[in-house]
This record gives sequence, C-alpha cells and structure tokens, in this order.
Amino acid sequence: MRYLAIVLIWFWAGLATAQEWEDRKVFNPGAATKLNIISSTDTTIFAPLIEDFLADRPSVSVEYWVTSTADIDQRLRATPEAFDVAISSAMDLQLKLTNDGYALRLSGVEHPAWAEWRQSLFAFTAEPATIVINRAAFSGQDVPQTRQALIEALRARPEVFRGRVGTYDVRQSGLGYLFATQDARASETFWRLMEVMGGLDLRLYCCSGDMIDDLTSGEIAVAYNVLGSYAAARIESRDVLEVIPPADFPTTMMRTAFVLRGTAEPDIAKAFVAHLLSLQSGDAAPVSQLPMLTTKDGTAARDTIHLEPALMTFLDALKRRKFLSAWEDAAIQD
Amino acid sequence: MSTEASVSGSLRRRLALTLIGGAAVLAVLMFVAVRNYAVQVAQRGQDSILAASVTSMLDTASLHDDAVEVDLPYAAFAMLSTPADDRIFYAIFRDGAFLSGDADVVLDPDARSIPQFQSARVRQTAVRQVSASRTLIGADTRTDIQIVLAQTQDALSETLRQISRNAAFLGLGFFALAAGLSFWATSLTIRPLDRLTNSVTVRGPQDLRPFTKPVPDEMAPLVTSLNSLMTRLDQSLSQSEDFIAEAAHRVRTPLATVRSYAETTLQRVDKEENREAMRAMVRAIDESSRAAGQLLDHAMITFRADHLEREDLDLVALTTDLVTRLTPIAEMRDVSLSVLAQGKVRYSGDPILIQNAIRNLMDNALKYAPAESDVVIAVRSEPHIQIEVVDQGPGYPANQIDVLTSRFQRGENAGDTIGSGLGLTIAQDVARAHGGDLQLSNKAEGGACAILQLS
Ligand SMILES: Nc1ncnc2c1ncn2[C@@H]1O[C@H](COP(=O)(O)OP(=O)(O)OP(=O)(O)O)[C@@H](O)[C@H]1O
Ligand SMILES: [Mg+2]
Repeated sequence: MRYLAIVLIWFWAGLATAQEWEDRKVFNPGAATKLNIISSTDTTIFAPLIEDFLADRPSVSVEYWVTSTADIDQRLRATPEAFDVAISSAMDLQLKLTNDGYALRLSGVEHPAWAEWRQSLFAFTAEPATIVINRAAFSGQDVPQTRQALIEALRARPEVFRGRVGTYDVRQSGLGYLFATQDARASETFWRLMEVMGGLDLRLYCCSGDMIDDLTSGEIAVAYNVLGSYAAARIESRDVLEVIPPADFPTTMMRTAFVLRGTAEPDIAKAFVAHLLSLQSGDAAPVSQLPMLTTKDGTAARDTIHLEPALMTFLDALKRRKFLSAWEDAAIQD
Repeated sequence: MSTEASVSGSLRRRLALTLIGGAAVLAVLMFVAVRNYAVQVAQRGQDSILAASVTSMLDTASLHDDAVEVDLPYAAFAMLSTPADDRIFYAIFRDGAFLSGDADVVLDPDARSIPQFQSARVRQTAVRQVSASRTLIGADTRTDIQIVLAQTQDALSETLRQISRNAAFLGLGFFALAAGLSFWATSLTIRPLDRLTNSVTVRGPQDLRPFTKPVPDEMAPLVTSLNSLMTRLDQSLSQSEDFIAEAAHRVRTPLATVRSYAETTLQRVDKEENREAMRAMVRAIDESSRAAGQLLDHAMITFRADHLEREDLDLVALTTDLVTRLTPIAEMRDVSLSVLAQGKVRYSGDPILIQNAIRNLMDNALKYAPAESDVVIAVRSEPHIQIEVVDQGPGYPANQIDVLTSRFQRGENAGDTIGSGLGLTIAQDVARAHGGDLQLSNKAEGGACAILQLS
C-alpha cells in the first residue's frame, strides 16, 4: 500500500515537474557550490537580495525557481531533496511543511519569537493585503477606505463595476486562501463583500501580478486582497493605481523562508537565510522592494497573521472543502 | 608497657558517614520523587490540553445527508501553541476509515468517547497522543467519528529539564545542609566523650577519685565501670604499698634483734671456734638483712617507677645531703667523699628514687674501693643531666661489665663483701624510669665510673 503511494507520488511529481515554472534564473552560474531556492516571489523583486548575498561569495551560485505557493507545497512534499531553501508567502503551507518535518532547525539564527517557528521557519517581510483601485473608476467619488465602504461603493454603482472587480481564486492560490480564511476569521464583513463581489461577476486570478496588470490596463477597477507591495513595485502603475490598506482591520502576511532538512549545503543555506533576515530587518538599508519585517525604529510589525500551529486549521481537507463551498456559493453566482 | 590504645574505626567517622550517607540517599530519593511528580504533573497538563483540543474538534462534527463535516475550530490548534513550538499531528476517521489530517497518524482501534492518552510515534517523532470518538446520529444512520491528536513534547521536556535542574539543586542543597548538620551533630555527640577523656588525662597519677561530672545516659555505664575500676585500683595500690612497708618492717626488726643477740653472745664466747661460728652467724644475718633491704627497695622502686611522681628538686642539694649522711661510714674506711658541682642542677623527678640510686652507687664505691682513697661525685647539667660516681678502686671486672646490672648479679671481685647484687639494678631502673640510663665504665687510670643519666 505504502509502495503504491510512493509510486503514485513519484509519478505525480514527474507530472508536476513537467509543469512549466513561472520563472527560473541562475545567479553566478558555474560556481562550485549551488543553492536551489524554490520561491513564490517574482524574480525581479527577489533578485537584489540574492545578488547581495552572492556579492562576497564568488564560489556560490544560486538557481532561483519561481512557482505558485500551492505548487511549492506539492513539489517539496514530492521531491524535498531537490531544493535547499523554500520561500513562500503562504504562511499556512510553510508552517505545515515545517510541522511535518521538512525544515531544518537553524541553531544560532537570532530572530524574534513571533517571527519564527521551531527555529526553522523564519519570517522576513510583513505585507498587508490591500484594496487596489484604478483611480479612473473612482474619479469624483470617495475612495473607500474600509471593506464596508467598498461594499457600499460597489452597491452604489453596479453598472460601473460589473465584471470589473477581481480577487484571488482561493481554490488555486495558497496566498489567496490564507488571506480569505484570515479575513473570514476576523469578520463577517468578508462574506458580505464576497457576496457583493460575486453578484458583480467577480473575476478570479491566480496571482497578484495578473491582477495588477488588469488594474493598470483598466480591465478591472477594483481588486481585493492584493499584495500592496507588488502594486507599489510597478513604476508604470503608480499614477494609475491607488493602494488602500483597509482601515477596519488589516490582514498582514509574512513571507517566510526555511532550509530543507535534506539539503546538501546546510551551511550555505543557513547563511543565506541569516543574510536574508539581516537584510530585511528594520535597521538595514532596503536592498529590495520587499517590505521590511520590522519598521525602521525596530518595533515589530503589528497585527500580522501569527505563525502558530492554528494556521494548519484551514488546511484540513474537511475544513477546506467546507470553506471553499461557502466561498464558491458567495463568489461564483451565475 | 605500651599505653597506645589499639584503634579500629572511629565513632565520629562512623556517625558522620552514616548521617551523610543517609542524607545522600534522602537527597537522591527527594530528587527522584520531585522529578517523577513533575513528570506526572507536566504530562497531566499536556494531556488535559490535548483532551480539550480534541473535544473541541469532535464537537464540530456533524452529519449532513450522510456526509460527515468537521469544522475544525481555530482555537483547537491555537491552544496547543507552546514556547518550544511543538509539532501537531492529527487525523480524523469515520468508523475507522481515514477522512482527513495526517495519514501517518494511526487510529487506536478502541478509541472511546472518553479521551485515551498514549505515547506513540508519528513521522519518526515521539509524540503524546490522544484519541477520542463521538457517535453521530443522522436520520437513518449512525456513525462514529474518531479523532487522533498528537503533539511532540519539546516544551514539556524543556520544562522537565528545568525542573530536574532545580530539583537537583534542591537535592544538593538539602544534602549540603544535612552534611553540615551531621558534622555538627556528630561533634556534639562526641563532645562528652572528649570531655571525659580530657578529665581523665589531666588527673595526677595519684588521683583515683571517681568521676562525678554528669555524663549522657549512654556513657553512664562506662563511667560507672571506670569509677569502680579506679576504686579497685586505689585499694590494691594502697594495699601493696602497705604490704611492702609492713614486710620490710617485719623482716628487719627480728633480724636486728637476732643480730644484737649474736653480737652480745660474741662478746661472751671465748673459745676461738665458737667465736668463728658466731661471726659467721652475724655475717649471715647481715647478708639476709642487706638482701631483705635491697629486695624491698627494689620492690618499692619498681612500684614507684610505674607511678612516677615528679617534683622539682635540686640534684646538687640532694647529692650533698646524701654525702653528708654517708660521711661517717666513709670516714670509718678513711675514704674521702667529695661533690663536684656548679650552682644548682634543677630537675623534676622522684627524689626518693634518685636518692636511692645515688646511694647505691656511693655504697658500691665505698664497698669496692680501697681504704684511703677518694670518691668523687660529680653532678652535671651539661651536656646531659647526670650524676657521676668515680672511685679509685680496681674497677668493674671487665668481662662482666655488661651483665652487672642484671638482678642478683655480683662481680668476681665481690669476694666476701656483703651484698645481694641488686644495687646496680636499682640504679638502672631509676635511671630508666626517668627516661635515662645507667652507664658503667672503667677509668684508664683505674677506678670504676658509674654515670646515672637522667633526662
Ligand atoms: N665501685 C666498684 N668497683 C668494683 N666493682 C664494683 C663496684 N661496684 C660494683 N662492683 C661489682 O659489681 C657487682 C654488682 O654490684 P651491685 O651493687 O649490683 O651488687 P652488690 O654491691 O654486690 O650488692 P648490693 O645489692 O648489696 O649492692 C658487685 O658485686 C661488684 O663485683
Ligand atoms: Mg652494691
């Protein structure tokens, strides 16, 4: 039975690897030791951090593999030995991987307790989920600052917004599912918003990038639960878009990294994570466009989603089925 | 006779070791007990949280058209957060068939509604595991939901490590305190013994009074026996002293009487052969009298030497006094006695014994040295305290000089001088009782030299 399962997983893993990577880049090619990093963060955004790490390590090369958060989880469970470091914005999946024993304990890496778990999983950004609007659609109107205000704005002008509101397809996106479940936990407003958006032919996206593209082009007017950092990173979007961190309650995700337990290069992998953490602490000069984990004055980013085992609650198959069916009822109305 | 006691073991050590050993055993017991108790309490703590968590999970199970729904509460896992970030595994089963969770978690076949705890392994990790079940009743179905929830024990073992460390410190502290106390208690217990020893030691040799100071109950038999022993000793001592004095008196008096009768008879007898017989008789009486005297002196000296009673005295004065007393006898033999000394020679010893020894040496000089000669008695304090008696006679017989100090040993030259062969024995015993010795030698220019050395 077990062998069958392993064969199945292997076969399925083969299929998965056959799947396209979103992006893949080798830094410092040809060096003696190589670090394989699997990540959900776009190469352009993450590259400066890798380059900073490699600056004084000419003998190390990094291959950076980009895919979706859900795919990261599946690939790591299938072939954990293929990667050395895992970086993802889906805190729940990362925590579950750590819980299930995929992560290596990094002794000696100093990090605040709220931003690490089991000395294995380390958070290095604090990024709020935001409402992003195309300014054109709201010219002459009040810009909604809260979810409730957004509900009212959408209800007030359904003809403007029909087919022009977007959010994550939580069935596909790990980060979208994390945001949705945390929102649902925080307030009933989430469900009302989903119902209103579902009534307006809600468009569903796999990733923040696509949503921002469509917002910039004016294809959609409002996107909910987008990573503000991605929007801010687009220079051409600056004048067109407005990023609104909801004032009622923030849902702030922390991007996390861990070293795989089976890594062949534990020392370099650990050095990479430690370097990443030092670059992303509030007192370092920003190297990338990723938000810092802590603010300039050293105080912790507040109201982040806690790194705790409770994150695994919504990953339960029964719970997930129930949540998704509720979400589908609200968001997909024919 | 050796006065050293033969020692085997030490009461103080035995007592201290017993107490300290007891304390060590108690400390270890305490450590084990505290630790075991802590393990139980900590385990119970984790178990009750696991039970609460699994109960809250089971609570959300429901049946909808024969489909089981379990809406895991966020708090179920949140309450399992620990400072050590312990890992959590769980699995949900319906009538024993896996529904959701971690496939590595094995269902305990007899999970009941009351949570069951056990230690198990999930994903090669030791965990504490709780299993519980709940029966759901639908319209026409009845189904059992089982949930197994497991958690690693990192935080628990950290807590236990801390408790163990504290318990160890506690045990060590207890041990140190108990060890200190046992030393104190030991010396307190031994102190009356020390006190008794002390009061025995400081007593003078003649002090045989019973001990009257109060002692602990346990020592009462010892002190009682000691007291009775001393009473008996005192009695037998005074008895033997009395006996010696009595014996001397009883022998000497009749001998003196017999001798005076013999002398008187000698005056009256005219026949030469009868006179000869009477003279032999007087001589025999003199021999017996001398022998009795020397024997009693020797007995007295042996007795006193065992209980040496020292007092401060001036050896020069003592010698001069003796010389004065012996001068009449010396004059009869035309022998001159002279004392050679400078100032005083202070010494602490038994005057009766020393006098006796010197008198025996002077007695020999008068007996064996020729008439019209000099006997010189020198008293010195440097390099040793010694009294030297030198005469101008023939000296000790060279071949016997080593054995003359033996009892009843007389020299070849003794001839018919009256004597019993105990004089030098007495002098030697006295010297040895005072930590010195008697040295005999012959002067190159002729004459015997006896040195009574004291220390
Ligand atoms: N001053 C001396 N000169 C020569 N011989 C001596 C002298 N003193 C002792 N002797 C010898 O040593 C022997 C032992 O002496 P010691 O004084 O012990 O016994 P004693 O004189 O014979 O008897 P007593 O017991 O009456 O003294 C003597 O018999 C004698 O032969
Ligand atoms: Mg003599």
